[in-house]
Amino acid sequence: MSAITQDTAIRTGRVTRMLIYVTLLVFTLFYLLPLFVMVVNSLKPLSEITGGNMMSLPKTWTIEPWRQAWSSAQIGVEPTGLKPYFINSILMVVPAVAISTVLGALNGYVLTKWSFRGDKIIFGLLLLSCFIPFQIVLIPMATVLGKLGLAGSIPGLILVHVVYGIGFSTLYYRNYYASFPTELVRAAMIDGAGFFRIFWRIMLPISGPITVVCIIWQFTNIWNDFLFGASFGGQIQPMTVALNNLVQSSTGVKEYNVHFAGAILAALPTLLVYIVAGRYFVRGLMAGSVKG
Amino acid sequence: MGFLDIQNVTKSYGAVEVLHRVDIDVQEGEFLVLVGPSGCGKSTLLNMIAGLEGITSGDISIKGRVINGVHPSKRNIAMVFQSYALYPNMTVGQNMTFGLEMHGVPKPERNAALKDVAKLLQIENLLDRKPGQLSGGQRQRVAMGRALVRNPDVFLFDEPLSNLDAKLRVDMRTEIKKLHEKLKTTIVYVTHDQIEAMTLSTRIAVMYQGFVQQLGTPKEIYDTPANVYVATFMGSPAMNVLPSRVVMHDGTSYAQIKDANGADLLLKFSQANMAQWAGKEILLGIRPESITDPDGADRNSGNIVSLRNRIGVTEPAGADTFVTMELCGKDIIARMRADANVGAGQEFDFAINMDKAVVFDPKTEERIAP
Repeated sequence: MSAITQDTAIRTGRVTRMLIYVTLLVFTLFYLLPLFVMVVNSLKPLSEITGGNMMSLPKTWTIEPWRQAWSSAQIGVEPTGLKPYFINSILMVVPAVAISTVLGALNGYVLTKWSFRGDKIIFGLLLLSCFIPFQIVLIPMATVLGKLGLAGSIPGLILVHVVYGIGFSTLYYRNYYASFPTELVRAAMIDGAGFFRIFWRIMLPISGPITVVCIIWQFTNIWNDFLFGASFGGQIQPMTVALNNLVQSSTGVKEYNVHFAGAILAALPTLLVYIVAGRYFVRGLMAGSVKG
Repeated sequence: MGFLDIQNVTKSYGAVEVLHRVDIDVQEGEFLVLVGPSGCGKSTLLNMIAGLEGITSGDISIKGRVINGVHPSKRNIAMVFQSYALYPNMTVGQNMTFGLEMHGVPKPERNAALKDVAKLLQIENLLDRKPGQLSGGQRQRVAMGRALVRNPDVFLFDEPLSNLDAKLRVDMRTEIKKLHEKLKTTIVYVTHDQIEAMTLSTRIAVMYQGFVQQLGTPKEIYDTPANVYVATFMGSPAMNVLPSRVVMHDGTSYAQIKDANGADLLLKFSQANMAQWAGKEILLGIRPESITDPDGADRNSGNIVSLRNRIGVTEPAGADTFVTMELCGKDIIARMRADANVGAGQEFDFAINMDKAVVFDPKTEERIAP
């Protein structure tokens, strides 16, 4: 049946089809253009950029801008390159993503399978946290971090991102677990598994797709965050803040090729996460919406 | 005192009482079926036995031990759910031994138990598969296997066959019955299907609106239903219930009814105690199979009453032919032999087996005879 439909569709709409593909191709190229410019210019010496066409391929290929951006470019006052900040970001992002995801999963599990009086209100409040603009909490957050003695430290940043991330990760897991039959949990209870055992042995192993969604979401948000990093990072600045300091420096020659390389470096981890886990992303977002 | 004792158990959600003073003793090896329409409280009662829902008042005990506050896993019960509730991430084998593993049974013993049960249920070749790769009937078997492996005191079944198609349901029904006869386990089984209840159980509790309407063997429930509700709920097609009146002639009691033309008819009672109801209104219950063509009448019956009436509709069902006719202004279903010579609109001599008639009080709807 489907074969017949497809066949007819091709025959009747060959011109339309061509038009669609051409349009798609144009859009694709358009979207790839910035990346092309960045990559191309990060591989040329500065003189080629200042003296000529941004769009052309390098005459002399060089990875020097990348090396500089990574290890010797001037960030603020120190000529350290982006490397230490990259490490800062990793040290912040990995625990923050892990903790907020696990907490979100636990919240979702409790809110759907161990419902209690007032659980809907708690979920509502958690949801609300998704809609609070970052700027509003800057001052109270600074006070809290100061009182906890975590200001200007990586644990401080982790705490901030976990607190902000729980809203979304709870939302994801709650909606995912809501479509699981509660009988599963009851069966496991009768089988003698406790609260955490059910979570680890039964709920988590079937949460693959939503975990991917959650990780991608949290990773992207936390890695790309600038405001909290700039506000609470102190000496321990994440990659985004360092990139800003690199690009916005007002003294000396603007080394565009180094800036481009630095920007790509900053975007690389999120890109990697998308490439590795992207195919689960759509699947996870769709989960629960259709049966089976 | 029974093996599983449900004493004076009630359940309330806030101010609303949904189960009222339920008293059931289940003996060891008994197959008790809780049957009733949806919302009658049968699943709630089962969940209370399982420990998945709290008990508002009363006691539930297994082997003399009150288990009201005992965690489900420590009641030594196993439950088969309607949706099977197999753990999708585990293989069939892991599914079946999960409970033993949680109870700290060492691996060799687990595997031995698994092997025995898998052989019993003929699912040995499925042990390495995931539940998602199984058909409905196979999942059903695995769900039962998971319960059997535990070797519990009491098995609880929550509508286990209602997700299967009609043919498979009948097969699995037989299978469950065989299994029970072989293992002599104590089972509490919830269903809304009265045929499942009749065929499987050693005793049935018919529930309606949070009350146990009647508790008894399938034969008791079918032949001497406690009230009109039980009478019409059990049996398909349902029992015919006719508004009637008791009249006396020469010391014999008769039920007076009206045929399709409005003429009075008298049906002689077999029941002895009807004289005290002389002149009073009653409800006369007659099952469809007690109204037959004359050749199909029960030869062992001592009281076959012949009744001439106009046939409304005939419904040949293969094994039987169902005939609808009008008595006392109500549509009455009679069950003929398949090849009985009946046609719509025709006047026909029906044979009514009054030995099997049941009489109810029209006010309380309780049974007064036999």
